[in-house]
Amino acid sequence: MSGYDAGVPVSSHSEISAERRELSARLAELHRSEWPQLVATLARRFRSLDIAEEAASEAFLAAIEHWHGGLPPNPGGWLMTTANRRAIDRLRRDSGREQKYAAALVIGSRGVTTDMHQDEPNDAEPDGPVSDDRLRLMFTCCHPALAREAQVALTLRMVGGLTVEQIARGLLKSEAAVAQRITRAKAKIEAAGIPYRIPEEGDLAERVDAVLAVLYLVFNEGYLPGGERELRPELSGEAIRISRLLCELMPATGEAQGLLALMLMTEARRPSRISSDGELVVLADQDRGAWNGALIAEGHAIVLELIAGGSAPGRYQLQAAINAVHTYARDIRDTDWSQLSILYDQLYAINPSPVVALNRAIVTAELDGPVVALADIDRLELEDYHAWHAARADLLRRLGRSADARAAYEQAIVRAVNPAEIRFLKRRQAGLAG
Amino acid sequence: MSQYLIAVLNGPDTRSRPAAEMSEIIAAVDGVNAKAMDAGIFVFAGGLHEQSATTTVDPRSGKAEISDGPYLESKEYIGGFWIIEVADLDAALEFSREAALACREVLEVRPFMQEPPRGA
Repeated sequence: MSGYDAGVPVSSHSEISAERRELSARLAELHRSEWPQLVATLARRFRSLDIAEEAASEAFLAAIEHWHGGLPPNPGGWLMTTANRRAIDRLRRDSGREQKYAAALVIGSRGVTTDMHQDEPNDAEPDGPVSDDRLRLMFTCCHPALAREAQVALTLRMVGGLTVEQIARGLLKSEAAVAQRITRAKAKIEAAGIPYRIPEEGDLAERVDAVLAVLYLVFNEGYLPGGERELRPELSGEAIRISRLLCELMPATGEAQGLLALMLMTEARRPSRISSDGELVVLADQDRGAWNGALIAEGHAIVLELIAGGSAPGRYQLQAAINAVHTYARDIRDTDWSQLSILYDQLYAINPSPVVALNRAIVTAELDGPVVALADIDRLELEDYHAWHAARADLLRRLGRSADARAAYEQAIVRAVNPAEIRFLKRRQAGLAG
Repeated sequence: MSQYLIAVLNGPDTRSRPAAEMSEIIAAVDGVNAKAMDAGIFVFAGGLHEQSATTTVDPRSGKAEISDGPYLESKEYIGGFWIIEVADLDAALEFSREAALACREVLEVRPFMQEPPRGA
């Protein structure tokens, strides 16, 4: 390892700090690109997420310590080799894991190098292509035998490489609570024998749905969070990053593509979603020129490809199509409401939830007027949902029923959690006539 | 290979099923058992008498005291169980889904702790 320290040039202070900045930027980039592969490969080799997580973290710490003289020729290989050795070291220390130690040695003797000076670990593995490791990792983290909250925290930690502190900040939970959730989930995986593999054909669709649900939850947590901050872009960005990885690993999965497109077109509107006063800006009032054209173009391209593919769309693909219609219009008045109505009918057919019906009613208001839409909304049992009250309030406002609208805004404000949305609702309420 | 306990949770309605439904359930459960035996994953299975046949043995006073009836008072109780030996939880869940549909009861799947090697 001292090989990396040798030959450090004597440099001035400013040169050193520039080098350090360069190194830490490179390390951050490597952390993003290599972390999931490291954890995934180690988890398969050592049959333990706990060991995989610890060894991967230690490899990055070792890199900070040893790369001051410059990066090794193959940084990813160096990290893998180092993490692998750290994992074996831990097993050696840990007397309670004799069987795993023996198994690791068997793997080691089959060709995994433990030589730190060698940058290219021999990665000949008997079971499938290496990229499958990351898929296995996702499916393990989102196994239905784990609670949804545990799936979210595990996915962010193991696949996303976020620290416990970052996850806690993102989810507005205490670090202790997040750490405990992850520890318990790892313990359950080990004790219950949750396998580390890609589900079989019969279960695959259902298990992919679980992964997508986790990613969408993470995205929305970043896009419409409760609590102090209006937006938590790092969580949305993370969800997009993992979704891209999923699409790369399972290119034929339409729903994964649909979810990615949906996220991209939603993310594209972020710049115009909150006003300079920290108030939510509804779609109709957004500055469409501030939308991110590149993200929208990418989302549209995915949707067009999915439509050309011709298979029956699932809920994420339909929601992506709905977002494509919205982002296609250069002005709210150009919106193709009839197309939206058809898409919401299709969505309702496969997912007959009251929330979908609420969104469909908002489209109905544009096509058939607020009276028809209000009647639709009043049939829904969503009294606990702030958006139901907000939608009613808006229709009542448009109908000139100020007193009813004021009461409905009040109900929405009481139930809303996002501060920007609360500001918007309060301003609308204050602007009512009479 | 790991062993899993699959506990069948009976409820208030379990014992009042009509005879025709009971015989359908028995036939379905027999089918599940036969399939598990063919697959080599069957270790043990059994149905239990009703809760009123329970006797409790309580050691907390220092001498094991015997009393009539169940210790835990609850509407749901274990009515029977399987023990299977399979590779992992997914295999255990695959069996359990079929078993749950066959016996029409909620099941709980729980891993046994790994035994240390015999003679060690």
